[in-house]
Amino acid sequence: MAEAKRIKTPLTDDVVGELHIGDRLLITGVIYTGRDAAHKRLIELIDEGEELPFDIKGQIIYYVGPTPAKPGKPIGSAGPTTSGRMDTYSPKLIERGLKGMIGKGMRSQQVKDAMRKYKAIYLGATGGAAALLAKSIKKAEVIAYEDLGPEAIRRLEVEDFPVTVINDIYGGDLYEEGAAKYRRQ
Amino acid sequence: MREVPVGEITKVVRDLFIDANINLGEDVLVAFHKALEAEESPTGREILDELLENAKIAKEEGMAICQDTGLAVVFIELGQDVHLVGGDLTEAINEGVRQGYQEGYLRKSACHPFTRKNTGDNTPAIVHLEIVPGDKIKVIAAPKGGGSENMSRVTMLTPAVGMEGAKDFVLQRVRESGANPCPPIIVGVGIGGTFEQAALIAKKALLRPIGSTNPDPELAAMEEDLLRRINNLGIGPMGYGGRITALAVHVNMIPCHIASLPVAVNIQCHAQRHKEKII
Repeated sequence: MAEAKRIKTPLTDDVVGELHIGDRLLITGVIYTGRDAAHKRLIELIDEGEELPFDIKGQIIYYVGPTPAKPGKPIGSAGPTTSGRMDTYSPKLIERGLKGMIGKGMRSQQVKDAMRKYKAIYLGATGGAAALLAKSIKKAEVIAYEDLGPEAIRRLEVEDFPVTVINDIYGGDLYEEGAAKYRRQ
Repeated sequence: MREVPVGEITKVVRDLFIDANINLGEDVLVAFHKALEAEESPTGREILDELLENAKIAKEEGMAICQDTGLAVVFIELGQDVHLVGGDLTEAINEGVRQGYQEGYLRKSACHPFTRKNTGDNTPAIVHLEIVPGDKIKVIAAPKGGGSENMSRVTMLTPAVGMEGAKDFVLQRVRESGANPCPPIIVGVGIGGTFEQAALIAKKALLRPIGSTNPDPELAAMEEDLLRRINNLGIGPMGYGGRITALAVHVNMIPCHIASLPVAVNIQCHAQRHKEKII
């Protein structure tokens, strides 16, 4: 197993260009959270020509709805949710400069095509490892849609947040290639 | 007739949901260690290490293993010689869920199907009540996450396809689910009964400890064959490729209509959470 690569946000074309499927990464910097309810509102803003609540250029969105934070903690348990529910919304955000998405599970062809065209990557955090992942989140602040509760958009400050590259900008897909490698008749 | 105040049930339900969401069962931890020995993929082993570390952190810090603390599924086996007093049983269970999810810092995931408005306290609980002999009450709390539940299906097969047809349906379901239900998974299979019974016995199959053998030799052989074929799919931990896609397959079977062959597959993520108590 190769050593994990350390990357910082926001992401640039140069940084994502060096990443390939199966790479283990440790992310440090700011990332934003959002699930389907928040995505729906972001897309409505785009369709109405309004400003988004944060500048998405070069940013990463983490698909997570955390548990409530215990007193003295920045956040509760915070593992990824299934990314497929964001598939209808993601291409429009990628087109506007979103560089990374963190979640778990398969993406649609439209999302994969958009990632290739606009140089964005899809990263997997370990589903169900929510207590472990919360340790890498140092600060969390709701910046939009507080009424959505766990689904509100949060600005997270993370340190060495562990992920695996599932889709790179070269059309690679870890789910397909990984299963093909270990499949037996 | 033994009298039990329903307030007892509220307390037990509250404590069980907190416990189940924070402390992973010993059978699951043993299964992780076994999987770690068998897994050939370096990334797969790394994921399994993360899951073991996660279980440890959750326990030490008293926080949920997974942020999806589930819908609150409750199985009650109520002894027929028990007289419940002091209130409504369903409300007592819901109150236990309400308190447990609030006090345990658990996420409330119940919402209106169309408006998506959260009910705010993770109620209503999903209650399966069975009347059994005796004067005891067994309460099982089994929080169920959405990601793996979404990958579950019920089908009505034509009887001619037989056991092989049922196996093919299970395999197809796991293959199509891929990375989505957070593998390594546990596969609950319900065969027979009616449409809704097949789903219920599939869910009950998930309550059996991982590593236990089915008492029916024919079903035990079916489970073994399915597990081998599922793990040959190569999906692996988190779907990144590997030898361990499932930790166990559990099959329940009951008689069905002469015209039918119902088969249900209830997929469970690796955060296999259930705790029980007898009152």
